[in-house]
Amino acid sequence: MLAEALVLSAILFVIGTTGVLIRRNAIIMFLCVELQLNAVNLSFVALSQYIGIEGQVFVFFIMTVAAAEAAVGLAIIISIFRHYETVNVDNFNLLKW
Amino acid sequence: MVDILFFVFAATAVGGALGVVLQKNPVSSLLFMVGTLASLAGLFVLMEAHFLAAIQVIVYAGAIMVLFLFVIMLLNLGHDYRDDLKTGLGMFTAFAAAGALAGVLVSQLRGVEETPLAQHFPGPDALDQLLAEQGIIGAIAHPLFTDYVVAFELVGILLLVALVGAIVIAKRRV
Repeated sequence: MLAEALVLSAILFVIGTTGVLIRRNAIIMFLCVELQLNAVNLSFVALSQYIGIEGQVFVFFIMTVAAAEAAVGLAIIISIFRHYETVNVDNFNLLKW
Repeated sequence: MVDILFFVFAATAVGGALGVVLQKNPVSSLLFMVGTLASLAGLFVLMEAHFLAAIQVIVYAGAIMVLFLFVIMLLNLGHDYRDDLKTGLGMFTAFAAAGALAGVLVSQLRGVEETPLAQHFPGPDALDQLLAEQGIIGAIAHPLFTDYVVAFELVGILLLVALVGAIVIAKRRV
């Protein structure tokens, strides 16, 4: 089951990357980043079957960091929305030359 | 049986992920994401990570996705369909980059079957034995509170900082 799980993990990661690159809605892009994190979690769990329980401990930490990241990221999106009245990333061009 | 369940969960996970990327309505995207997370929890059960499956459902599909839903509804984005997909060159570049990434990942995957993981590492039987000896929670709690206790405490501080930071950033006036 290891090879299949790693293939599934790669597929989910690529779908997540595509989502981040083709969407303009900041919240959906953020959701796709969560998808990438989950794809990596899946490969950690699959490998932890063979290598030891430490992989699962690591996934536990990743989930905690993802929760913290979601809270702060969504706060930033709310703060940007107050300023621009939109979450379309094409409008956030202040740092673009 | 396990193999059939694996492919069922894998199919729903990939379908949900495609739904996240392709749905125009943010709320439907989010519900597809919940489906993906639930199928991943099922896969975790098949791979003997029962505790992580429970955490996945409670923390990810429960708490984090509800936070996303709150923000979508707070910002009133449920019917905001205007030109959400990139067009022309942006779309082409995105697919080229994703294709390149897929190529790199596939080239890394080649030969994973021949890699003799079982010769260098304990293997699935050792994990089964550990789970039988210490229980599902005990097996993950023991390293968490011994070898990784510093990281565990730091993660607690990180959550506190994120809590304070989220409130300060989202507050209307400083």
